Amino acid sequence: MDLNFTEEEIAFRDDVRRFFRSAIPDSIRAKVAEGEGLTRDDMIQSQRILNQHGYATPNWPVEWGGKPWTPVQVYLYQDEMQLANVPSPIPFNVSMVGPVIAQFGCQEIKQRFLPATANADIFWCQGFSEPGSGSDLASLRTRAERKGDKYVVNGQKIWTTLAQYGEWIFCLVRTDTDAKQQEGISFLLIDMKTPGITVRPIVLIDGGREVNEVFFDNVEVPVENLVGEENKGWDYAKFLLGNERTGIARVGASKAKVARIKELAAIEQSGGRPLIQDPRFREKLASVEIELKALEMTQLRVVADERKMAKGRPNPASSILKLKGSVIQQQLTELVMEVVGPYAMPYQRDFDGRNEPVVGPDYATEAAPMYFNYRKVSIYGGSNEIQRNIIAKAILGL
Amino acid sequence: MDFDLNDEQRLLKESVDRLILDQYQFQQRKQYMAEPTGYSSTMWSRLAEQGLLGLPFSEAAGGFGGGPIETMIVAEAFGRGLVVEPYFATVILGGGLLRRAADPAVLAALGPQIVAGKLKLAFAHIERHSRYDLANVATSATKDGGDHVLNGAKSVVLHGDAADKILVTARVSGSQMDRDGIGLFLVDATAPGVTRRGYPTQDGMRAAEVVLTGARAQMLSENALPSIEHAVDEAIAALCAEAVGTMQSMQDLTLDYLKTRKQFGRPIGSFQVLQHRSVDMLVALEGARSMAMFAAVMAAEENPVERRRAIAAAKVQIGRSGKHIGQEAIQLHGGIGMTMEYSVGHYFKRMTMIDQLYGDADQHLAGLAALGGLFGAAA
Repeated sequence: MDLNFTEEEIAFRDDVRRFFRSAIPDSIRAKVAEGEGLTRDDMIQSQRILNQHGYATPNWPVEWGGKPWTPVQVYLYQDEMQLANVPSPIPFNVSMVGPVIAQFGCQEIKQRFLPATANADIFWCQGFSEPGSGSDLASLRTRAERKGDKYVVNGQKIWTTLAQYGEWIFCLVRTDTDAKQQEGISFLLIDMKTPGITVRPIVLIDGGREVNEVFFDNVEVPVENLVGEENKGWDYAKFLLGNERTGIARVGASKAKVARIKELAAIEQSGGRPLIQDPRFREKLASVEIELKALEMTQLRVVADERKMAKGRPNPASSILKLKGSVIQQQLTELVMEVVGPYAMPYQRDFDGRNEPVVGPDYATEAAPMYFNYRKVSIYGGSNEIQRNIIAKAILGL
Repeated sequence: MDFDLNDEQRLLKESVDRLILDQYQFQQRKQYMAEPTGYSSTMWSRLAEQGLLGLPFSEAAGGFGGGPIETMIVAEAFGRGLVVEPYFATVILGGGLLRRAADPAVLAALGPQIVAGKLKLAFAHIERHSRYDLANVATSATKDGGDHVLNGAKSVVLHGDAADKILVTARVSGSQMDRDGIGLFLVDATAPGVTRRGYPTQDGMRAAEVVLTGARAQMLSENALPSIEHAVDEAIAALCAEAVGTMQSMQDLTLDYLKTRKQFGRPIGSFQVLQHRSVDMLVALEGARSMAMFAAVMAAEENPVERRRAIAAAKVQIGRSGKHIGQEAIQLHGGIGMTMEYSVGHYFKRMTMIDQLYGDADQHLAGLAALGGLFGAAA
């Protein structure tokens, strides 16, 4: 047992660290550090820089721009990226649709989409959830009827993150209504400019507009936009969801947040002294730090085990990482809000154009919205209750 | 980076796991506890034969040169067995103190006796109001010829009644709370001026009240606190590993119960509310396991602040996970979990006492907070 990284791993870490901190503009990294929303241009600019240097799609097959990295290298890449407050590559492109196309698509569809997806020439969004199909995703009802060389799509998707930026959407659609639920689903790529698609924003409690409803009204989609085989979409979706194994814990991002909280708590005063000197506050923070250290160690154990596991298989341990990682992220947003105290109150910004002059310190602006917004992380990507179901079944055998 | 054990460690793990499986079933443990000493002297000899008593000692001291990882392997297995022999007091704590604080000549003289199973130790440091503070020492040491004479009273000395020799903290100089001036002494347990009252502890082990009235003692180290703290940190790392074994057993027992106990016509493990609660137990267990590994890796760290942070963090995690798993294990078992006859309650009790040993979760959390936490700019 040796928890030190090898010399090669340290050299690798130093390389990516240097790259992330020099190549990605400070203005973008500062926004991530403070939890400000990124613009579409920010996301695309950041991803193109990564892609230019071969750092956008390390999880893809090598022939399509992936890296033959060890699990430890993947871990270091993610950790350093998050520590440097570099935006993760657009997840819909890089973690979701890209790997599915690369794994299950035909050669033609790969050539058509993969390079553009890696370079964010296409901004993807994800059409999975529906109003009646959240945790019970397989009950989805959006229908794709084959008519000649087209599918005609009717139905509704919901919680579609950044659909307002989306140029294409990858959808789970029902192609066979007679088959068992899971066996009648297909994975379809749809151009958002196609007639019959309507996007309607959903405003979240923080005032942000990151999710949407997407309506499909007789939308015609060429059959060549089908990924893989018809009615195999559920398998592809499971592959997609199992793909994200360890990055989901967001340990690096939480470490960066802890360091930031310490900086802010040294500025903010309470009882005539910096808040960071208040033993009660320090204990609260230390308490989360212990949880975070335990998560980091657990993540490293999972990373070490990855070497022994088949690629592309979901690892149920990643559910443990999601469970703990999400709660820690949420606790840290609470602590930021606690640090800024009354300056959490002013409602200064939203996506409807509200942009009040800043009240108090700059870093206070996003404190409360971030706390409100981060309630989502234990809900999305399979709610924490669903993760518990997975663990109960796959690990505990209940 | 890897979490794998090397070949020797794997062999060690196999042999100690086998020992626990064969010799430390719940009923066997009951028999060991029923012996007059409260543990099995046959088992003690067996631990000597298997080389476990010499595990953490260097070859010069008659041992096998094992480190914190080897100790972790043994402690975890002992946690599953709820081993009642004075291994922690003699080998881990006593041995650690000798290695860290005593002269190599003393270690070379005593080490082989421990390894052979002929010498048992105990560490006497707790006083009426010292709580978990190793620096709070009122017991006095006065020079008298080549020896010292000790006066004072020590409480809850683990396995103090079984010990042949007792390691004692006593003040050579300074006032009761000073970090300086604390010596580490060795007294013969049967020497004049040493009185002991042994008693059982809540977790089925033994401890003693030790009163020293003009007891003659050999000084091992004059300004011993930093070495004592290092030895205690290593002992805490071992306790963390033991706790993981204990938690694992509670998790296994509970899971097994959920799968076999039927109510309303089906196994109670089919109910989602119980599934989720056992998942939360697993999550607590894995967090504890991760932190016990972290503690083992950091136990040998010479920088006391870095070591302290890591050990404190691990002890907090162990305390919290242990309390959660222990309470849930009892609750999910229902009435049977409350009985003395069934094993899960005994794991719960040991787990509870581990939190009371060498600083509970709150104590270590305060310590870690005062050191600025684990990550980023330490304020």
